[in-house]
Amino acid sequence: MNGVHDMGGMHGMGPVEDEKNEPVFHARWEGRVFALRRAMGAWGKWNLEATRHEVELVPATDYLRMNYYQRQFAAFIELMVKKGLITRAEAESGKGERGSPKVVPALTVARTQTLVTQGVPASRNVAVAPRFQPGQRVHTRNINPTGHTRLPRYARGKAGTIDRDHGVYVFPDTNAHFLGEKPQHLYSVRFTARELWGEQASPRDSVYIDMWDDYLEHA
Amino acid sequence: MSTSRRGFLAAAGAAAAQDLAHAQDHGHGHDHQVVPSDATLRVKSIESLLVEKGLVDRAALDALVDTYEHKIGPRNGARVVARAWVDAAYKNRLLTNGSSAIAELGYTGLQGEHMVVVENTPKVHNMIVCTLCSCYPWPVLGLPPVWYKSAPYRSRSVIDPRGVLREFGLELPEDVEVRVWDSTAEVRYLVLPERPAGSQNLSEEALAALVTRDAMVGVAKVALSQTGDRA
Repeated sequence: MNGVHDMGGMHGMGPVEDEKNEPVFHARWEGRVFALRRAMGAWGKWNLEATRHEVELVPATDYLRMNYYQRQFAAFIELMVKKGLITRAEAESGKGERGSPKVVPALTVARTQTLVTQGVPASRNVAVAPRFQPGQRVHTRNINPTGHTRLPRYARGKAGTIDRDHGVYVFPDTNAHFLGEKPQHLYSVRFTARELWGEQASPRDSVYIDMWDDYLEHA
Repeated sequence: MSTSRRGFLAAAGAAAAQDLAHAQDHGHGHDHQVVPSDATLRVKSIESLLVEKGLVDRAALDALVDTYEHKIGPRNGARVVARAWVDAAYKNRLLTNGSSAIAELGYTGLQGEHMVVVENTPKVHNMIVCTLCSCYPWPVLGLPPVWYKSAPYRSRSVIDPRGVLREFGLELPEDVEVRVWDSTAEVRYLVLPERPAGSQNLSEEALAALVTRDAMVGVAKVALSQTGDRA
């Protein structure tokens, strides 16, 4: 979707502000949001791409006003309600509805370290032929889906060069909507800064963007 | 969107605006609130609901917070960089297969499942961003700082990398090629900074102490005078 989250190349966001001696979490609740999302993810009711898309659905004015963990928290509650893990009324009251079943947590302390150290790989060991080879010139598609995509607006309809083939990965545009993983080759594609931004850009600079087969056409 | 969703977002947004007003009033970010913020209460309420329903185990939440506050951070990445500086064969493995070379030092897992390491040289400067969200290599750098997740960094680093680097105090000569890596997929990038001149006699451990988080994101260079990561 052409949301405000897709902000590469936008102006007017102000200077980058570095904070000295920054804590990992600025308030206790931020750490709890971080941990709650991981713990609830263990129920397997959604995937990484779906969580990202839910954040994209936060209305633009709220998205820009909220900090990172506020957005994550808002999206997290929406996902839990959509997937039936809690009801809207429970989210509002903080109390379980009468007769709601008590279950056993999916993420135990013992499983926490496994999750942290093994992660959730997005690569897939399936035989899919690559459509492109390193060094090949490509064009990116000009698509404007209303759903999830990882093809940034600033890189649509542009010419680039395949830098490397990362292998076969889950395709986010379908997986975010629970329409299947559609595994396909993922490449790092090099775009010159001038191709993306015009003559004002440095002639030497470039941006490398990870792109799936479905985003690319032969040049 | 349902009205209750609007209500929730409005409440969360209002809380964010209050936090912002608070920060602007004081001009600094210290924590001296007496009354719990709306976010504190809302998150507590959701946590107790999920515990009540048996959906989460509080001890698992504590373990996760502790892991990312105390156990995983940029010291991990600094050890990877220092090893590459003293061991040419390791550096070669690191640049060829980042994930397995980093795993040799024991750093694996969430948001670092697929690692690619890019090397800075006197003629090439790499920097990392995620314009679409805030993807970042957790096992080697920990959780990202606020500036990395902020709209200014996400919007500007692809269109004006040299301007962003200047704000970090790094002025690059025109003849240096800047490569910006936008983390749009599940591949996570780490910059291998240049080893500082005059560091030939330092031990691997002393070298690791020089390497900063910012240098591994590519918004700074490693300096000989630097002592440890400020983050």
